[in-house]
Amino acid sequence: MGGIRFQPSSDLTGSRAQREVAVQQSTDIKPVPRVRRFSLAAWRARTAWLFLAPSLLILVLVAAYPLFRTFQLSLFDVSILKFPLQPTWVGFDNYVALFTDPRWWRSVWNTVNFTFFSVFFETVLGLIIALIVHSEFRGRGLVRTAMLVPWAIPGVVSSQMWRWMFNDVYGVINDLLMKLRIITAPVAWLAEPAFVMPAIIAIDVWKTTPFMALILLAGLQGIPKELYEAARVDGASPVQQFWRITWPLLRPSLLVALIFRTLDALRVFDMIYIVAGSQVETISMSIYARQQLISFGSLGYGSAVATGIFLILAMYITAYLVALKVEVK
Amino acid sequence: MNRSSKLAFAAVALGGAAIAALVASTVTAQGGVTIKLACGTVGSQQALCKTAAERWAAKTGNKIEVVPNVASSNERLALFQQQLSAGSSDVDVYQIENIWPGLLADYFVDLKQYVPEATIKEFFPSMIEADTVDGKLVDLPWYGDAGLLYYRKDLLTKYGYKSPPTTWAQLTTMATKIQAGEKKANPNFWGYVWQGAAYEGLTCDALEWVYSHGGGTIVDPKGNVTVNNPQAIAALDMAAKWVGTISPKGVTTYSEEESRGVWQAGNAAFMRNWPYAFPLGNGDTSPIKGKFDVTVLPRGPGATGKNAATFGGHSLSVNRFSKNAKAAADLVVFLTSAESQKERAIVGGYNPSRPSVYKDADVLKASPFLGRLYDVFANAVVRPTTVTATKYPRVSEAFWNAANSVLTGKAKAAAAMSDLENELKRIKGAKW
Repeated sequence: MGGIRFQPSSDLTGSRAQREVAVQQSTDIKPVPRVRRFSLAAWRARTAWLFLAPSLLILVLVAAYPLFRTFQLSLFDVSILKFPLQPTWVGFDNYVALFTDPRWWRSVWNTVNFTFFSVFFETVLGLIIALIVHSEFRGRGLVRTAMLVPWAIPGVVSSQMWRWMFNDVYGVINDLLMKLRIITAPVAWLAEPAFVMPAIIAIDVWKTTPFMALILLAGLQGIPKELYEAARVDGASPVQQFWRITWPLLRPSLLVALIFRTLDALRVFDMIYIVAGSQVETISMSIYARQQLISFGSLGYGSAVATGIFLILAMYITAYLVALKVEVK
Repeated sequence: MNRSSKLAFAAVALGGAAIAALVASTVTAQGGVTIKLACGTVGSQQALCKTAAERWAAKTGNKIEVVPNVASSNERLALFQQQLSAGSSDVDVYQIENIWPGLLADYFVDLKQYVPEATIKEFFPSMIEADTVDGKLVDLPWYGDAGLLYYRKDLLTKYGYKSPPTTWAQLTTMATKIQAGEKKANPNFWGYVWQGAAYEGLTCDALEWVYSHGGGTIVDPKGNVTVNNPQAIAALDMAAKWVGTISPKGVTTYSEEESRGVWQAGNAAFMRNWPYAFPLGNGDTSPIKGKFDVTVLPRGPGATGKNAATFGGHSLSVNRFSKNAKAAADLVVFLTSAESQKERAIVGGYNPSRPSVYKDADVLKASPFLGRLYDVFANAVVRPTTVTATKYPRVSEAFWNAANSVLTGKAKAAAAMSDLENELKRIKGAKW
């Protein structure tokens, strides 16, 4: 959004149509100070705002207003169990409580932990898969379609499916591992504190690696083949080709994929909720917010949690946008 | 307005009036309304509820619609809270648990407006009392629930036991011996299954352990946090030792239906569950039909030990936003009538909320165990819902998380109870 700039065109004698064109090219043309510069700039800015108005209005309606309302609610102590609602003004008390709430910080830690490991494995596996399906082989189209299946299954369905597969008594995972003699006794995957988070991360990796692979594949296809041909002529090994050509040219796509995935993973709800409920070991920020808002009916504190989540997401977005800007430059 | 457009306008107006008249006449011809009902889904509840409600509909000329629902009680409460706080009239009659009246009272009509005083007097007075919040009758009790010990008669005899265990120590010994013997032929066999997942069900189970050891009820009736005491710690230590020995490790993820799954397949010697599992276990396709019985849950050790069963009644209430509150209240009266409760007791094993049904010959013949449940109800322990009021969900959540962390070995019982005490004091704040 910060990229919109309006520069006055130097061509004031041309027709309006020409001027429109000039606006589009204006970044290449050095502005020349003129007497009428200000009013023209103002006119152009006004037109631009006019065109932007509908989207800004929608943004205000669907994003800014709910955010504002959430923040407003977070300054009250209000329970949905009272009818009619009886809000009491508490100022920033909810935020003070949030800051010292070990459960909240635990949920933040769980979410960051989940995000880091799931995005890490998804990126590595996604890159490997993208490189494989990018190469020429028979049945490539079929493989590209088939690899999307886990991603196409609704999250609730695949989470429940994996929950059954992880069951200690009748789960298929224990059965397979026992048959392969990797384990000697059934493991209660979702009951062992040490295994439940890794199990959830494994489900997410299974589900979302295809998405990562797809974006990276698109990035790979954007790299001109001539570069590789030239590299081969120069005698570069495949490893050198990867680090000198593929990696630098893939980085912008990778960064975009990382932004999407990280933001998605930070909002994780359904997978963890279905597999492990709201237990302390795995509770995510979103589940914590839902617990406060819905299970406990405290709209005020729950809104403070929601605002906290927003701030954490905003931090990530800022960091990534800065990184992206650096990358593009 | 010119002439032709005037004519057109008149035609449209006439047509509209005709349609309105038609709609009105169909409504009066039917004379009924549609009452939407959200009843429980565990075991045979939904089917029983539906047939009974349909009988009411046929009798009164109204219609009923059973609204799909969720099995987990936490989720059901969350869903109901959401619907009610949004002022929704999508459901007219809600089946609620006896721990909810204090939470949801504001959203239900006062049934005293619709139900004659004489009818109210026919229910157990203690239940009516629990369902009355600030003088308002929030719901009519439908059935009582209490934790029971299910045991396999055939296996007890096989391993030389004449009677079911009366103390937890006996239960542990018996379960260990039976499991060791049965596991030779059936590797999936376990001694004792119960509800150990982090949810309301674990609050019920753990409250029974703690209370039976003389460790109180988490928060006492005066509102003091009492959970951090040696008896409560001993009770949780005992349960933690079961996990992986006489109970599968996965029991810490089990709710009612998972434990019944293991039990009813014939893979457990003992089970803690509610009365609903009794008729289901005696169903025609059940492998354990006729091989089991129920008794009161065991006592804790020593002088402070006593029997305990968490009380969990269910009742019916009418949405304050309902557009047909009168008809809805009529349905509630019908469903909680002696006749309906008799059917539910015989077919579903649900404990009547009217004393008269217990004396019914047909009921006693079909399910003699109902009579014995009187003893269980005498030992029933009530969750601290009244004193903690709208903060009960947090208290229960903190308690089941603490219990679950001890069961899974993440925390030692003593440390968990001390942390829980601090947590509960934090939740309490200045007052409940």
